[in-house]
Amino acid sequence: MAQPDVGILAIQGDFEAHGRALAQLGARARPVLRSHEIAQLDALVLPGGESTTIAKGIARLGLGDALRAFADSGRPVLGTCAGAILLAKRAESPGTAHEPPPTLGVLDAVAQRNAYGTQVDSFAATVDGDAARGLEGLRCVFIRAPILAELGPGVEVLARVEGRPVLLREGNVMAATFHPELTDDGRVHALLLTG
Amino acid sequence: MSENGSDARSFEIKVGLAEMMKGGVIMDVTTPEEAKIAEDAGAAAVMALERVPSDIRRDGGVARMCSIAVIEGIQKSVSVPVMAKVRIGHFSEARVLEALGVDFIDESEVLTPADEAHHVAKDDFRSPFVCGARDLGEALRRIAEGAAMIRTKGEAGSGNIVEAVRHLRQVNGDIRSLGALRSEELASRAKELGAPVGLVKKVASLGKLPVPNFAAGGIATPADAALCMSLGAEAVFVGSGIFKSADPEKRARAIVHATTHWQEPEEVLNASRGLGEAMEGLELDKLDESERLANRGW
Repeated sequence: MAQPDVGILAIQGDFEAHGRALAQLGARARPVLRSHEIAQLDALVLPGGESTTIAKGIARLGLGDALRAFADSGRPVLGTCAGAILLAKRAESPGTAHEPPPTLGVLDAVAQRNAYGTQVDSFAATVDGDAARGLEGLRCVFIRAPILAELGPGVEVLARVEGRPVLLREGNVMAATFHPELTDDGRVHALLLTG
Repeated sequence: MSENGSDARSFEIKVGLAEMMKGGVIMDVTTPEEAKIAEDAGAAAVMALERVPSDIRRDGGVARMCSIAVIEGIQKSVSVPVMAKVRIGHFSEARVLEALGVDFIDESEVLTPADEAHHVAKDDFRSPFVCGARDLGEALRRIAEGAAMIRTKGEAGSGNIVEAVRHLRQVNGDIRSLGALRSEELASRAKELGAPVGLVKKVASLGKLPVPNFAAGGIATPADAALCMSLGAEAVFVGSGIFKSADPEKRARAIVHATTHWQEPEEVLNASRGLGEAMEGLELDKLDESERLANRGW
């Protein structure tokens, strides 16, 4: 792809930060809110934000089918934090009575929301030494982050922090429980563009 | 490997949560039931308080931090971030909210100030803070103290958007005007603004505040929210505007929709249909200067 056309789901969240990260890699990135726009893209990003809020927006705008169809088409998809939750086969809210949002079910993993705690438990960390080639030393910012668990057999762990998977890939679908868009390191976005 | 929190890095984590609220609506709620209505309508966060600003204005008396039972009830009822207000300068109320694991603390002019000369030293906290501002100087003084999000003060509880518009235009106009200045001129401008030179230079080079810039104070309709987004707000707070209206559920959903689709007038139109009565509004020129909440803090 010479200059891939990347769409960022712009219902709510830090979609502009993703736009900046992708622009730095030479991609054409634009916010998308409509099924017909999603269908035309070369790659798709589900940004960070509030998973409940974004899930409600997906339902309100009737985008669920278009998003699932995009992922099923084999074109690259990246979800970060809230976006990763929405990609999972199911979301859970361990230890609370909170009702988890509906998810798209295109990644064979279960998302445990706010698994590290509230904002005072948010943190930054460097990936473990066993990260995939090219991702060594990646610094990750976790904001009210989820944990991805019960990984299916087709899910590859690209990076862990303190033993927990933080960057996963299943075929064309990639999920980060952290926010690569909030740091200057473009390696995760580069993976979206180059596979 | 987890990092030990140096100031700069912990600031990055605080601003990170503010980034996650962009494009969203933060709604004032006074009970767990209201919080659930707000979350179901698509709120990106809720703000816990004892009384909404229009009731504080009507009832008078000292307005303090929300009761712990109400905040805990709200934390149990919703999964979106829970914010709560403290009185300006009341760092002990802030410590209580931090210990409670509140996600964001609003050092707010809506409550009765605890200190007429000093704001909270927000750098000392693990919890992120949001503060109100009327102009760039005030915004940068709060950021220098450690605020991770700025919102306009507007005029809370008025149902009148005019002050939020004034403050948005003032902050963003002040930022644009920095672009024309040379380095030594930025230093004297910093003096006029009453803000640290380093931060003024940073804003001049970024062309925006180093933290998210949201709108608050007087938003009552979907079109009010769209107006604020068009004037450069990155998200909106709605206080009395939802739960003082005829149909809070519907109005909450409508304001969320208009905030996502602020660039599409047909969508703001759709959101504006059949909402019933908005909250009652106040004409601000009939308000005595001493009754203006925006004058609290410096």
